[in-house]
Amino acid sequence: MSASYNMMEMMICAAARILEDGKTVAVGTGAPCAAAMLAQKTHAPNLVIAFEAGGLAPRLSQMPISVGDSRTFFQANSAAGMAEMMTTCARGMVDYAFLGGAQIDKYGNLNSTSVGDYKKPKVRFPGSGGANDFASLCWRTLIMTVHNRSRFVEKVEFLTSPGYLGGEGEREEAGLPPGTGPYKIITDLAILGYGEKSRRMRLESLHPGVSVDKVRENTGFALEMPEKVALTPEPTAEALRVLREQVDPQRYVIGK
Amino acid sequence: MHMDTQENPRILDQITTETPVGLPQGEGPLFGDPDPDAARAFFMGKSRSETDKRMSAKQAVERFITDGCYLAIGGFGANRIPTVILHEILRARRRGMAFLGHTSTHDFQLLCAGHCLNRVDAAYIVGLEARGLSPNARRVVQSGEVELCEWTNHALSVRLQAAASGLSYGLLRSMLGTDTFRRSAGKVVRCPFTGKKFVALPALWPDVAVIHVHEADVFGNARIRGISVADMELARAAKRLIITAERLVPNLEIRQDPTRTAIPYYLVDAVVHAPFGSYPGNMPYEYFSDEDHLMQWLAAEKDPEIFARFLDQYIYQVADFDEYLQLCGGLGRLRELRDQECLAAD
Repeated sequence: MSASYNMMEMMICAAARILEDGKTVAVGTGAPCAAAMLAQKTHAPNLVIAFEAGGLAPRLSQMPISVGDSRTFFQANSAAGMAEMMTTCARGMVDYAFLGGAQIDKYGNLNSTSVGDYKKPKVRFPGSGGANDFASLCWRTLIMTVHNRSRFVEKVEFLTSPGYLGGEGEREEAGLPPGTGPYKIITDLAILGYGEKSRRMRLESLHPGVSVDKVRENTGFALEMPEKVALTPEPTAEALRVLREQVDPQRYVIGK
Repeated sequence: MHMDTQENPRILDQITTETPVGLPQGEGPLFGDPDPDAARAFFMGKSRSETDKRMSAKQAVERFITDGCYLAIGGFGANRIPTVILHEILRARRRGMAFLGHTSTHDFQLLCAGHCLNRVDAAYIVGLEARGLSPNARRVVQSGEVELCEWTNHALSVRLQAAASGLSYGLLRSMLGTDTFRRSAGKVVRCPFTGKKFVALPALWPDVAVIHVHEADVFGNARIRGISVADMELARAAKRLIITAERLVPNLEIRQDPTRTAIPYYLVDAVVHAPFGSYPGNMPYEYFSDEDHLMQWLAAEKDPEIFARFLDQYIYQVADFDEYLQLCGGLGRLRELRDQECLAAD
């Protein structure tokens, strides 16, 4: 790996490239927000950024700390409420959503609720928040996460937010809107997607300097492999400049 | 059109042959009665008169927030929250309350610090978003001290909207197929028109809600700037409503621009004049959150003994919220937070 950028910058630039101009993306705080801001300031000036608490289409100038703080509706087109944002998802007008979690399984199901016995958990996490709503209702869900065996597990201990549930057809069977579901996972090792039929997690591209074995070692289940594993493009000099100078000048997310 | 007439009988067959018992149901506990007629009977007796409802935060807690009641807090965790009332709840040593844990962060952290809760409708709890997780709130929840029912943020706003509409349930198209649903008190239902599956969510009428606003008159007509989060629904679902306001304005000012009234006075039971009442939270267009002080909370919580002293220093041995603001740096600090908020464009 080149020394001219760090892994967080690599992940943010890779996530930003996925977001297309003229689409809507629901984001939280941190790296996903940085990716959306970067996309908006480079190739996707008409990207609509939306926050679950009601901030819609802001001109983000500073990195929000909360998805409901006043930065999320700075010079926004609308400062609405949660119902406005969530019903917009339900109407099919939100294309992408970024999610996170303590655990993810081979079908892209996420756990952000608890580990251990539910009633007396070893660790309690916040729960769904708006994540289950986004995972259910947005067209394509994206995940940015570090890649290791404690996160990439065979089966999540609590299924907080739906991926493809138990495989092909299960989302539709449960009643979730057809055509929705997990799309890409951007990790510190690779970019992954899902098999079109199997709905199982599949390696797509390796970041420079990462081997297939390294990804396998850090994944707690068998990954589907494409015929040919691609190489994730490195961040461009222009993307890095905008990220460092305009998106995160305080280096809250990309690190000091 | 021909396709439609062929398809419809098949859907109708499914409706008549599949009993409701065959559809999934959540196993979580239901806190509260979803009967709209019980709520109507309560609201029939609620005052409609324009009376001066001003009182102190302490008086509002004494009169309207009781042990065991179902409490809901407006705003979004550490944004536009009535911290001024939350501190009084702790000082009043309220116990055994139920709580609406939608988007809760510093509010939940405070109520866990006071061990005020034993039932929580949880969509987002124990965390403070990008700041990290609250060690003490986690200890409280992991000990089994509070009984939980799982929901999503949208689910809780739909439950409030159903209550505000005088219905016994609302509908949602998320939660389906997950453990979040299994640990909720929702039920899957089939649409009588399309045969599609949705989650029926029981209406929720909190006993008391507290909402912090920018401006209110003495009767309770209230204005909110910026995002409303779920406060439009909450104000109309709650049986009792305490408004805390940065500023009081004359009723004539409300009447000159009634389009700006987010919450009409007849929903309101108490008006508390509370400048900087959301501190250390963010109040849009007024002051940004005090991130240094919020990080002090998280640091103190790591050690229960240090945290007990921290709570004594900042809450239990403090007379009122004004004294807390003084302890946290007073007008000097508040001026800095106002500049952070109001000069964000520079």
